[in-house]
Amino acid sequence: MPTLAPPQKRRVFPVLGDRVFGAFGMAAALLSFGLFAWIVWDLARLGFPQLSWGYFTGEVEDSGRAGGIGPLLVSSLLILVCCLGLVIPLGVGCALWLSEFVKRRSVAARLVTGGVDLLASVPSIVFGLFGMVFFGQVLGMGFSILAGGLTLACMILPILVRTTLSALESLPADLRPAAAALGLTNTTAIAKILLPAALPGIVIGITLGIGRALSETAALIFTSGYSIRWPETLGDSGRSLSVHIYDLALNVAGGNTMAASSALVLLALILLVNSVAVALSEHWLRRRHQTP
Amino acid sequence: MTSSKNTSLSRSIDRVAQGILGLLALVSGALVVLIVCFLFKGAWPAIEAGRLESFFADPKWQPGSVRDPQFGVVSMLVGSTLVTLLAVALALPVGVAGAVFHRFYAPPALERWNRRILELLIGVPAVVFGFWGLSVVVPAIVRFVPESSGQSLLAGGIVLGLMILPIITLTSQAALQAVPPAQLQAAAGLGLGRARTIWSIALPAAKGGIGTGVLLSLARAVGETMAVVLVCGNIPQIPTSLFDPIRPVTSTIALEMGYATASHKALLFCAGLILVLFTAALVGWLSFRRPAIDSGTGGA
Repeated sequence: MPTLAPPQKRRVFPVLGDRVFGAFGMAAALLSFGLFAWIVWDLARLGFPQLSWGYFTGEVEDSGRAGGIGPLLVSSLLILVCCLGLVIPLGVGCALWLSEFVKRRSVAARLVTGGVDLLASVPSIVFGLFGMVFFGQVLGMGFSILAGGLTLACMILPILVRTTLSALESLPADLRPAAAALGLTNTTAIAKILLPAALPGIVIGITLGIGRALSETAALIFTSGYSIRWPETLGDSGRSLSVHIYDLALNVAGGNTMAASSALVLLALILLVNSVAVALSEHWLRRRHQTP
Repeated sequence: MTSSKNTSLSRSIDRVAQGILGLLALVSGALVVLIVCFLFKGAWPAIEAGRLESFFADPKWQPGSVRDPQFGVVSMLVGSTLVTLLAVALALPVGVAGAVFHRFYAPPALERWNRRILELLIGVPAVVFGFWGLSVVVPAIVRFVPESSGQSLLAGGIVLGLMILPIITLTSQAALQAVPPAQLQAAAGLGLGRARTIWSIALPAAKGGIGTGVLLSLARAVGETMAVVLVCGNIPQIPTSLFDPIRPVTSTIALEMGYATASHKALLFCAGLILVLFTAALVGWLSFRRPAIDSGTGGA
């Protein structure tokens, strides 16, 4: 029976092939495990010695070779506030309309979701060009924190629409007829029942969006600009932490160690924000499994 | 949904709410159209003046030169293409191998940590990747090839490849998970070894999903600015070796928009328009292949 007993010669190949696959796979997996640690280690080696309380509160001196990042942290925060101020109503409103007022298969819903999906594919530098012309010149904001924040809002809109939509769609199906049976209007049902129930998902979407917004650089160079002064109004130009790293690495000779310090701070902030998102989603999942 | 009393009032409230939300949805959906329109508006002076021809025909890019202004974008398109292809070529085998390892070799307990680490990597800002490449990858290249400056096509490919590695690994893993267990059991029933099962059954079945991940990471890599601008050397030329500096399209926009005037500016908008049309075509093709795009891996 030749089919049951394979020739002796072929036995070697599967074992060897298996070993090779396993070894190569393990090396690849180790690379992605190790890469993150490698990046953090390098940044810490270069950047940690400069970190101090004064670094977080001080002004930028000597184009960033000395001093701190105080004004940049304030600018980054203000850019974030402007961004969220626009993207939360826009994104949540869009998702609510898609899930509660139109059929998923209708032409209007398809056009809107298609547009949002395409928006997600636009490169960030193009958002920068658009923001510079539309917010900066047409709406007359110039180089300002407001223009930068609004540009970022356009950029993270798809994230928020997607997460809010999936949060609304994963709500128990009987919530809506139950609300209708109580005689609630659509508006009341949304405000009092659907939105509070979908809130965890929306918060996760916002947190993910904050992470993206904090790490963005290309969209901000031509919108919120390079100014390193303490921002006084939203109309002032203000440099974000990410733009600072870019500027130090590209334009300032001898700015390497300070760039590493800023990169370390930025990375820590983003890790914090992303961990919050992960913790929230796990907490939310666990709770949903407990109370079906 | 109407209550028995105050019907007209609640109805009109509903109608107002629907109108407002519909308006927000309209703005969200139309935003991408608005962006393309403004790019066109910015690029129009160049298109109108017939500059597009020199855009593709001029051999060099020296828009600021008074005596002999040239607007050849071909070298930068080649640069963008090469660095993107190199990144995918480096990241694809590593990403797929990592995914295979986690699906077929590693203990399941590792899976949760693997996912978390990969998500952390996706969150690392591009500018941090670029800076790390500048201070680690570039000096390493100089050590191996002392005559090069280090800032090169290869450096860009490596940094960009590491950036898209988690995307490719995660999508490949999802694709391998989705292979029907019945097929794997049938393979085991036939007495196929693990390596043969992976090579002949699992990978062919997961091909479509892996392809989706590759397309997603292509779109991401082509549009990436910060990682390449710091490590590629930024000399607009067609490279003859891996160690030549290049300048991708995105870098050109980032470097020159700050001081560009009139016609130069319009050409940079043309470059932006080309970028958008390319990534939109990629994503359009993707959603044509598969109805819904996963938002989790879609961030560009």
